[in-house]
Amino acid sequence: MYNSTRLAILGVAHSPTSIFDPAATPARSAFGLSMLVLSVTLAIFLTVGGMLLYAVIRFRQRPTDSDREPAQIYGSNQIELSWTVIPILIVVMLFLSTTRVILDTQAAPKPSDALNVTVIGHQFWWEYRYPKLGVVTANELHVPISDPAKPTPTYLALSSADTDHSFWVPRLAGKTDLIPNRLNTMWIDPQSPGLYLGQCAQYCGTQHAKMLLRVYAQSPEDFAAWIKQQQRPAEPDLSGNAAAAEGQTVFMHSACINCHTVAGTVATGRFGPDLTHLASRDTIASGPVQNTAENLRQWIADPNSMKPGVLMPSMHLNDHDLDVITAYLTTLH
Amino acid sequence: MAHAPVLEAIDQTQIRRRPPLDVLYEWVTTVDHKKLGLMYIGYALLFLVIAGFEAVLMRIQLAVPNNHFVSPQVFNRLFTMHGTTMIFFVAMPVMFGFGNYLVPLMIGARDMAFPRLNAFSFWISAFGGLLMYFSYLGGDGLYGMGSAPDVGWFAYAPLTAKVFSPGHSTDYWTLAVLLSGVGSTGTALNIVTTVLSMRCRGMKLSRLPLFVWLMMVASGIVFVAVSPLTAAQIMLILDRYLGAHFFDTQAGGSAVLWMHFFWIFGHPEVYILVLPAFGFVNEIIPVFSRKAVFGYPAMVAASVGIGFISLSVWAHHMFTVGMGAAGNTFFVFSTMVISVPTGIKIFNWLATLWGGKIIFKVPMMFCIAFLFQFLVAGLTGIMLSAAPFNWQLSASYFVVAHFHYVIVGAIITSLFGAFYYWYPKMTGRMMSETLGKWHFWLFIIGFHLTFDFMHVPGLLGMPRRIYTYEAGRGWEGWNLIVGIGALFQTAGTLIFVYNLVRSYYRGEVAGHDPWDAWTLEWATPSPPPSYNFAVEPTVRSGRPLWDLKHPEDLDENYE
Ligand code: HEC
Ligand SMILES: [Cu+2]
Ligand SMILES: [Cu+2]
Repeated sequence: MYNSTRLAILGVAHSPTSIFDPAATPARSAFGLSMLVLSVTLAIFLTVGGMLLYAVIRFRQRPTDSDREPAQIYGSNQIELSWTVIPILIVVMLFLSTTRVILDTQAAPKPSDALNVTVIGHQFWWEYRYPKLGVVTANELHVPISDPAKPTPTYLALSSADTDHSFWVPRLAGKTDLIPNRLNTMWIDPQSPGLYLGQCAQYCGTQHAKMLLRVYAQSPEDFAAWIKQQQRPAEPDLSGNAAAAEGQTVFMHSACINCHTVAGTVATGRFGPDLTHLASRDTIASGPVQNTAENLRQWIADPNSMKPGVLMPSMHLNDHDLDVITAYLTTLH
Repeated sequence: MAHAPVLEAIDQTQIRRRPPLDVLYEWVTTVDHKKLGLMYIGYALLFLVIAGFEAVLMRIQLAVPNNHFVSPQVFNRLFTMHGTTMIFFVAMPVMFGFGNYLVPLMIGARDMAFPRLNAFSFWISAFGGLLMYFSYLGGDGLYGMGSAPDVGWFAYAPLTAKVFSPGHSTDYWTLAVLLSGVGSTGTALNIVTTVLSMRCRGMKLSRLPLFVWLMMVASGIVFVAVSPLTAAQIMLILDRYLGAHFFDTQAGGSAVLWMHFFWIFGHPEVYILVLPAFGFVNEIIPVFSRKAVFGYPAMVAASVGIGFISLSVWAHHMFTVGMGAAGNTFFVFSTMVISVPTGIKIFNWLATLWGGKIIFKVPMMFCIAFLFQFLVAGLTGIMLSAAPFNWQLSASYFVVAHFHYVIVGAIITSLFGAFYYWYPKMTGRMMSETLGKWHFWLFIIGFHLTFDFMHVPGLLGMPRRIYTYEAGRGWEGWNLIVGIGALFQTAGTLIFVYNLVRSYYRGEVAGHDPWDAWTLEWATPSPPPSYNFAVEPTVRSGRPLWDLKHPEDLDENYE
């Protein structure tokens, strides 16, 4: 039944971020609970709303009515008691079902095969660290799919470098806030490969709107390959590419390195996203901009034009420097 | 005649209209609860128009994806100002305005217990509102041109810390809210004292009109809820200027602490606003159903119950901050429990309608709309109380739709009813029924276009407080409908304002009791003289004017 309701809802309102299209256990159990709560509240609405409508129509004043006031009825203890007890019973039922889902999600035992990822919210981008695997990346989270028979969920440890943020990918799980000076956790176990979208759900400053989330769920093999590639330091062979080689020099001699890391080089800044494997990402600027050479160039020339209020300044580079830095960045696979 | 004192209380003094400067002087220096009440209401209406305009700008920006109508900075200021204004400088003052005007009249008193405190409270709150809007000029201080605060109406830490919010816009916000809190506390104290000590002869607590009960409970909540907010604002000022570190996370402060302080105010605030709205409905529905309210004692008990429970549910606004299973479970429970007394109220209203003779005048139409809309708002509230469902819904447009259903669908809707109902008392003139019906239909259609459809993008993953969004998320059509609804609501509200002004000059003369009602305010002329009642009234039941009109079937026999 849940499935058919789900399909009916999706028919009316299609969205890649619908909470009615769950693809992982936490989202699925929230969805199950939501169906229960929705049907109970719908039943209450139809009953009480129906009675209200009936009363309003049935007891309206009619032109044929006499001038006499209607009978004055002051109350009835039996009736009061009944409409106190019935709601209490409904509340108890809803409370118990809710508690079960809370425990299923928050107190679920953590399997030994779980992957740990640390998520750090920044104004206005996401930092992802895979501590046991030695991988650091930004804005695009890669996780393995989880087989219900042999679950490999991903546990996210969430914190913030500045203001509050919230991690919300509706098809995977409800949201959990990233709060500075505090460590929160949540888990996801997407069961089929694909790209799951979401975005920051706690107002965090000017560009809260463009702090998008992209979660790539991959088959175990693809995920292992991705990890392997990310673990390699970026050692692009620049010998045949004069522009990129020059770009590297310009990059390493400009302020970029104070804010950005390129592993294995002097660039070790942590204020902005890690660029070691920038070219392996589909988007830049935390989601809203496709990662093409043209966009990269415009971004570096004037980040504000693409994301007004962003914390990366325009470096006022000349056209030549822009060209060569772009050429260099596109080699960082 | 047995009820002579009430009749004598009907004074026939005529009010003359005088030169403008005299009038102005009188209003600025007045300590009369009625004049202060009207000033609260006028002040709230002014800010309603301003904050409504801000809402329309936001809806234009969001009507289509990737819109460039306003910049992100401007948008963030708009939602901050809209929320803060609507709560602190529209809803609070308008409720206190009606409370001020009506409570003494309904209990047969000549004024509030502390008339000067009353004037002080009004002026300090009014100053708060002006101060907040002054930030548009002075907000950035030395840093450049002015700018309004952009931290959101609940101003989560550490966004309010100096590093993230330089300049003075956040200071204006803090001080404005702090002053409004001082004013609210003064008025609440005044209302509670007035009800406890200024009632006329025979006005036992068990005979108080329900509106008075509800104003008293709401005022009681103000004491408990506003103090933490005021304390938090002071702590924030200490953080920003004296190097304290309450909420300054970069120096070890706690962001979650601010959330607790804010919501221990913020949730009860909903009840501070909705209980007076229940009060309006409790007065209007019986009169236009021609029946006594059903289950008076249950209504009182439910109101007091809501008052207490409302203090224990605040962290349902924080289900996503990582409270742990035990904390979440507790707040799920307390939040679900509050639906029981709330349900009792709806059932009692239903029973009041049942067997009555319902008259569809404009005040009653708004109250009937209130019943349906409040029912829906309560039910979406139950959805939000189920924590795992809340993890999906919180901070999404679903929440925005839910609390606008409460504030616009229930509170503002019943407030419009209250305006049509008591306007004749306040001015001596009736409001136009024809314009009233235009107002009603435009506003209600607009309300449903906006807020029914606003739930959907929330369910489809649209977070609140974003100045724009990408196409292809399935949100665009819904947001367009929402925007169109906002235009309908604007049209309705403008007709309402026009009706207010026009009726003042051209309205039919009302007489002292145009609705054939039962409570004491209708036993004095419209508008009432400054001393309210020439002779202190004596009452023998909860409906003194019913007793007067129906000597054959006295209310007191059923007490
Ligand atoms: C003051 C610190 C700072 C400096 C200097 C700086 N950046 Fe950035 N950069 C950032 C921040 C912060 C972001 C993330 C912006 C966002 O998405 O909100 C960013 C994002 C980027 C991105 C997009 C990364 C992604 O995956 O989304 C690129 C590419 C980039 N910077 C390149 C550069 C280059 C090249 C320079 C030097 C010319 C530079 N940056 C200088 C702070 C800086
Ligand atoms: Cu954000
Ligand atoms: Cu609440």
